[in-house]
Amino acid sequence: MKIETISWTGQSLERVEDAALLTGRGRFIDDLGVRPGTLHAAILRSPHAHADILAVEVSAAAAMPGVAAVIIGRDLARLTTPMVAGLKVAVENWPMAVERVRYVGEPVAIVVARDRYLAEDALDAIEVEYGPLPCVVDPLASLQSDAPVLHDRAGGNLVSDRRFRYGDPEAAFADSAHRVEVTIAYPRNTGAPMETFGVVAEYDPHEDAYDILANFQGPFSIHAVLARSLKVPGNRLRLRMPPESGGSFGVKQGVAPYAVLIGVAARIAGAPVKWIEDRLEHLGAAVAATNRVTTLKAAVTADGRITALDWDQIEDCGAYPRAPEPATLYRMHGNMTGAYDIASIAIRNRVVLTNKAPTGLVRGFGGPQVYYALERLMQRIAVELELDPLAVIRTNLIPGGAFPYRTASGALYDSGDYVQAFDLALAEGRLADLEARRDAARAAGRRYGIGFAAVVEPSVSNMGYITTVLTAAERQKAGPKNGAQATATIALDPVGSVSVHVASVPQGQGHRTVLAQVVADVFGLPCEAIRVVVDLDTGKDAWSIASGNYSSRFAAAVAGAAHLAATRLRDKLAAIAGSQLGVEPAQIGFAGGAVFAKGDAARTLPFGRVAALSHWSPALLPAGVDQAIRETAFWTPPELSAPGEDDAVNSSLCHGFIFDMAGVEVDVETGKVRIDRYVTMHDCGRVLHPGMVEGQIRGGFAQGLGATLFEELAYADDGAFLTGTFADYLLPTATETPDIEVLHIETRSPFTPLGAKGVGEGNCMSTPVCLANAVADALGVAELKLPLTPARIAALVAAPEPALPETHRQRTGGLGAAKPGDRALRGQGQAEVAAAPDAVWAMLLDVDTLASIIPGCHGVSKLSETHFKADVTLGVGPVKGRYKAQIRLSDLDAPRAATLSGSVWGALGTGGGSGRVTLTPAGEGGTLVAYSYEAAVGGKVAAIGGRLLDGAARAIIGQFFAALARRASPARPGFIARMLGRRP
Amino acid sequence: MPRLNAATRHRVAFTLNGKPVSLEAEPRLLATDALRHGLGATGTHVGCEHGVCGACTIQIDGQPARACLTLAVQLEGAAVTTVEGLAPERDRLSVMQAAFRRHHALQCGFCTAGILVSLDAYLREQPAPSEQELREVLSGHLCRCTGYTPIIRAALEAAACLRGEPLSQPSDREPAHV
Ligand code: FES
Ligand code: FES
Repeated sequence: MKIETISWTGQSLERVEDAALLTGRGRFIDDLGVRPGTLHAAILRSPHAHADILAVEVSAAAAMPGVAAVIIGRDLARLTTPMVAGLKVAVENWPMAVERVRYVGEPVAIVVARDRYLAEDALDAIEVEYGPLPCVVDPLASLQSDAPVLHDRAGGNLVSDRRFRYGDPEAAFADSAHRVEVTIAYPRNTGAPMETFGVVAEYDPHEDAYDILANFQGPFSIHAVLARSLKVPGNRLRLRMPPESGGSFGVKQGVAPYAVLIGVAARIAGAPVKWIEDRLEHLGAAVAATNRVTTLKAAVTADGRITALDWDQIEDCGAYPRAPEPATLYRMHGNMTGAYDIASIAIRNRVVLTNKAPTGLVRGFGGPQVYYALERLMQRIAVELELDPLAVIRTNLIPGGAFPYRTASGALYDSGDYVQAFDLALAEGRLADLEARRDAARAAGRRYGIGFAAVVEPSVSNMGYITTVLTAAERQKAGPKNGAQATATIALDPVGSVSVHVASVPQGQGHRTVLAQVVADVFGLPCEAIRVVVDLDTGKDAWSIASGNYSSRFAAAVAGAAHLAATRLRDKLAAIAGSQLGVEPAQIGFAGGAVFAKGDAARTLPFGRVAALSHWSPALLPAGVDQAIRETAFWTPPELSAPGEDDAVNSSLCHGFIFDMAGVEVDVETGKVRIDRYVTMHDCGRVLHPGMVEGQIRGGFAQGLGATLFEELAYADDGAFLTGTFADYLLPTATETPDIEVLHIETRSPFTPLGAKGVGEGNCMSTPVCLANAVADALGVAELKLPLTPARIAALVAAPEPALPETHRQRTGGLGAAKPGDRALRGQGQAEVAAAPDAVWAMLLDVDTLASIIPGCHGVSKLSETHFKADVTLGVGPVKGRYKAQIRLSDLDAPRAATLSGSVWGALGTGGGSGRVTLTPAGEGGTLVAYSYEAAVGGKVAAIGGRLLDGAARAIIGQFFAALARRASPARPGFIARMLGRRP
Repeated sequence: MPRLNAATRHRVAFTLNGKPVSLEAEPRLLATDALRHGLGATGTHVGCEHGVCGACTIQIDGQPARACLTLAVQLEGAAVTTVEGLAPERDRLSVMQAAFRRHHALQCGFCTAGILVSLDAYLREQPAPSEQELREVLSGHLCRCTGYTPIIRAALEAAACLRGEPLSQPSDREPAHV
């Protein structure tokens, strides 16, 4: 029955969301009012990557003004259980450290106070005594037998090791003419939405029920985990989401542990508690995509045809395998052969833990890691076999007539015509133009390269794919998991207007507009007549565990479910109108706000009248129609079955196709990569709203670009987190993000109600490797490490640096040689002091003098002649805090030289270092004090960035000597002006 | 500037989008918190609180400023404009806002307030900006959703419209490469 007359679906309508957002009337979580009496939380976080918590002293903090409660791990453990993980391992997933911290940024205590300022004040007064432990940050190092073990009861850091075999990979490798191999260490990065996490929680002690408002991307799969952790049945955990979200890209699924923490804080404080995450907390501890070490081998025929792949993937999930991990490793399991027709695969998947923040959902979810290896391999096959890279791609693409196509590892690719999409992308002079630009640039002596990438973009995940991590026997025991339940509700009110509710929490994509389009078409109504409400309440809205807005499932699954619900309701309305107008329901049409008998213009009713009938006159309902008031549809596709005995799994319902090509120019002087041209061809099935599809592609491209050139959540060897601000974790801006050319072909999915597929994540998968292939082509190199920062590019192209001059090497050698990735601060300087060397010497050993000249000092105590303890307040950039310091003097050569070594620790971080001070007599009975130092910092301050730290260290040391000089000659004002001869 | 006492609250009075407002503020209260939670003007957003993302951009006496790096007490006597003050009337959009909507120059809309406020100030000084100039102004703002191109398109179109020129066809534009 085709009755839609105007098709709103498929038009780029202006979004209904936008007017409010453009005028400042958005309703993001921090814009919503809270109940009077709501308290505010701030979280103390670990400065150590790995340490036992020996003692926590909270009494001073609890006594501070406005503080209502201070909560530590023990309190949490009393009221909750650890969050269950996707893996069966002896690891306790606490959302806040209980006995041991395992990554920098791990929550250690929560202060609840009258306002956020007071809560943060009190954080400084909490004293935590840590027993530092050796840590491991590198996934390969964590597999070594001597690596520090994060969770003693797990017995090691390798928490999952599974091997898979499909087809006959051994025979294919034995018979192959060539073997080509790549090894990739894919870095950690994240979605970095502009809005951080937020939670407002309340606890009712009489009903033992939690009511938690959080800007979740979708609480559905996590609801069960949270209820269990909070020790309440699901119906006593009400999760609500605000109407608007400031972006997620997967990441906002990671607010889950904070729902537990703030829920418990509210319970203990006896009042509603609100918490808004800050950016440092977000970058350091919210959600990272997994970093992964992959070795990928291909068996290849002489003409470049791949007969088998052998994957070895080592996935780093950080310190805790937090649900839904290790899903990142398994989401792509069905499509590990990408866009290619490859009969055999071997896969080994290992999951390791390291002292870094836990990982989770990030846009692309496993795709960037897989396709980076696969498409780098395609390029290497072309290079090593001296073939045209395009020919290698084209010969291996799944042929046009093969759909639906079953991959070796079990995915059922719904539709596509990869060869046609590929040919179209190159056509119309696009490839010729790229090649001409490359040739011209190379002729002029510039480094220009072209890269390609072909990617299958999976969407609408099969809930059961994650169980592929279990063996068939374990799956049997646990019971099969499968499907992708989506749901939508359409309601008609007593005046006959239409409302739509869906269990999919939009994160800025424009769901309300598209749902209005889809539903308006079903009812023949103007788009503006449909009202869509998307803020969600698990306490009363329809939802299921697989519901939500992830795996790019909106267009395919959620809009499809809305279409289904609307169609059911329309069929009931047709029966009602048929009985009113005396015609068969099949003869009823819906258009232009009217319900009519087709072919008989006189028999027409206003839509609102038919739609309201169930409210006003249910007695008039025709037989067989119960009501036409509200219809909730659930939809799950039969194609998504549980993994089989043979570990084959249809991990996703829909499979879009992308082919990208890029021309880049690398400036060998500056190390800058300039993107000259970027073309991206998509087949995402039926396009419901071209403007939004383009928005997804451009946004995904920009994130892919960031991952390629700028973004890494970086850690030092000692586990210090190094990229805690947007000045360190660099996102692409408008001056780095080029315009791109977006192309489409459309092969509709036969498996989804509207023929649509997902499109939101593809360029996060295709762009990094397409650009990397172009850079590899430009530079003629085989190995690249993302992100391709100017320093890394320079290292690839530059001539080896000349050796350091002898004197410099000696000097740094004396202070301990720098390791790669080491964040040591080094400096030297001198100052002239108007007192003789012995006087200066005496001052340096005197407690009172030290107390008055150490910057920010609140008091010094002497533990021995050469060992002092001090309390200091230091400010580094925006981070000011109180620290405890210990200073020891050694190698004393009175009154000529001494070595000072010290360490500081506080809530904001730790530091340690040493310096040599020499005193030489100078003119007018004075002393020349010379010093050189090397120091290292960890914890929160380390995330601030090298430049600020260096500057702060210089300033603090400068202040120390300035004060020493002042103290030595108090009677000589103006002396300071000429005494500081510090060199930078 | 008078000396302020850290322990007490001070009355701060200024105009917000043309209307006189006042609140009691501790010296350390950030302008973002004062506007959002003190005065209920939640359109100004906070994305980083360290001056990089630009989401919190407001105009102080016509000049764009990072509200997250401004103390509430610094607003004393100033004329402050926020995103809430850009539309000519409550139920209408400004020329720039309408162009943003036409070009899908926003998705989540979290960065948008700061961008609109910056562009408003910039176009007053440079009514006929080039694409490159607009990209440079925008480079003070992080948007994680759009990839920026739709924002540039909207801004170019709005600037032309404000100059009284007819709307150009977006397809006439050569893709720009940065
Ligand atoms: S919040 Fe002010 S610049 Fe980011
Ligand atoms: S629209 Fe989401 S950050 Fe710009």
